[in-house]
Amino acid sequence: MSLEFSALEHQLLAQVADLESDPSGAYNFRINGQPYAHMSTANVKITPKKGKSGIDVRVKPNTKGESVHIPVLITDSGRQELVYNDFYIGKGADVTIVAGCGIDNCGGEDSQHDGVHTFHLGQGSHVKYVEKHLGTGAGTGGRILNPVTKIEQDADSAFDLETVQLGGVTRAVRTTTAKLAAGAKLHITERILTSDRQTARTQFDVVLAGKDSAVEVVSRAVARKRSTQEFISNVRGTTQCYGRVECDGIMLDKAVIRSTPQISAENVDATLTHEATIGKIAGEQLIKLQTLGLTAEDAENMIIQGFLA
Amino acid sequence: MLQLQDIVYSVPDGKGRKTILNGVNLTFNDGERVVITGHNGSGKTTLAKIIMGIIKPDQGRIILNGEDITKLDITARAKKGLAFAFQQPVRFKGLTVGDLMQVAHGRFALRAELCEYLSKVGLCAADYLDRELSNELSGGELKRIEIAMALLRDAAVTIFDEPEAGIDLWSFENLIDAFDTLKSDKRVTIIISHQERVMQSADRLVVMNAGQVEQTGAPAIVLKSIRPDAPCAKLQRSKQ
Repeated sequence: MSLEFSALEHQLLAQVADLESDPSGAYNFRINGQPYAHMSTANVKITPKKGKSGIDVRVKPNTKGESVHIPVLITDSGRQELVYNDFYIGKGADVTIVAGCGIDNCGGEDSQHDGVHTFHLGQGSHVKYVEKHLGTGAGTGGRILNPVTKIEQDADSAFDLETVQLGGVTRAVRTTTAKLAAGAKLHITERILTSDRQTARTQFDVVLAGKDSAVEVVSRAVARKRSTQEFISNVRGTTQCYGRVECDGIMLDKAVIRSTPQISAENVDATLTHEATIGKIAGEQLIKLQTLGLTAEDAENMIIQGFLA
Repeated sequence: MLQLQDIVYSVPDGKGRKTILNGVNLTFNDGERVVITGHNGSGKTTLAKIIMGIIKPDQGRIILNGEDITKLDITARAKKGLAFAFQQPVRFKGLTVGDLMQVAHGRFALRAELCEYLSKVGLCAADYLDRELSNELSGGELKRIEIAMALLRDAAVTIFDEPEAGIDLWSFENLIDAFDTLKSDKRVTIIISHQERVMQSADRLVVMNAGQVEQTGAPAIVLKSIRPDAPCAKLQRSKQ
């Protein structure tokens, strides 16, 4: 990269933002509570906020195929921050936004990143938004993440949200709210891995307010050791619309997973479904992979990696 | 060569123990295709699972090419050269057909090589490698993929538990052809089946009844000897 990063920062960027080299489009790097570098393009303008931490990202109408990288890294133990990022996506634009936060904590104090991301999607626009979260470091201090995502979708827009917790995060609370206008589509994929005594809580509140709007939420959780995960979703349909929530969880050791999928149909033409399955790894899956030559441990790892892929 | 010596297996039944297998002795020779048949509850699938190590017998020994493998676990037996195609294929959320076929192959395989095996079971291969082994696939598709994985293992002993179940007529003919690809002087193929066409394709037919081997011999002779009231009277007859 022409941008200068330490080896640790390189490692974190590769994992949370899939960055091995300089991003090709617009970007904004934030490291240890400070803006580090940002670049706009002709179609994507990034502006630092005044009076509070964060940025405004404005994508011109009909921008196609551009990407925006906005990773956050914290490597100082005890660093805590609250950041507001607002995204204004022009009509007909189609962009990929890669966020992601890596916290490496080698000290005894808690490090924490709270990010409030608000998306305003113009008519007919499409956003793929990827956020990956990772905690590393041998310190006793917590690695805490509380991402808040607010989505306002204009007519016929589409938003694909992929949120992944790769591991090592001591405590996380994810809050996502969305309101969809006519014909808008929202697809949320969530993958959460917890271990030790980590906790992760997810809450989705989606209102299908426009005719023929649709949401699909697919959540997969793996909880190991004594970790706890909680999944809460609330999908409201107030008109002719479609909503589906699927939550699957694998528990190992003494972990706990709670799932509360709630659907609220407030119109006879609203079609809403939810399904939740929580349990240990099926014995037959382990046996099948063992018959192919894997050890029980390798089989378990393959099942979990696939489940969270 | 695979030898089963005095295999006994029982399960608790509330009053004591119910015997599922009662002293089974069988030898499977290299290059031989053996079909094991018998009515439901005769112990066929239990025997297959005992060979693979999925179930441990109460007594008896399993000898593979002169080596006692009775105490080996499933993984160790797989590495020794045993392969197993399940009657009910297992579904995996998040794992693709290609993922499992790579594992079955044992080392990195090119897509073209994996596709070749899917084609053997009548699947348009390129459409399947990236698909999840889950409810996205029908029971028949999963079954054929299960068989393809067993073929891919290229094992010394390959066991198919009711491979015909859930397979349509067209695929059924391909199935027999697929078994033929396993034919080799060094390989043993064991097929649990009720299907007459599969039985006819065997070098030797074994009929089980009440946990014991009731008859064994050439298919033509054994099938002819089955009386209308015998256990195999309920065997499905090919519609062809």
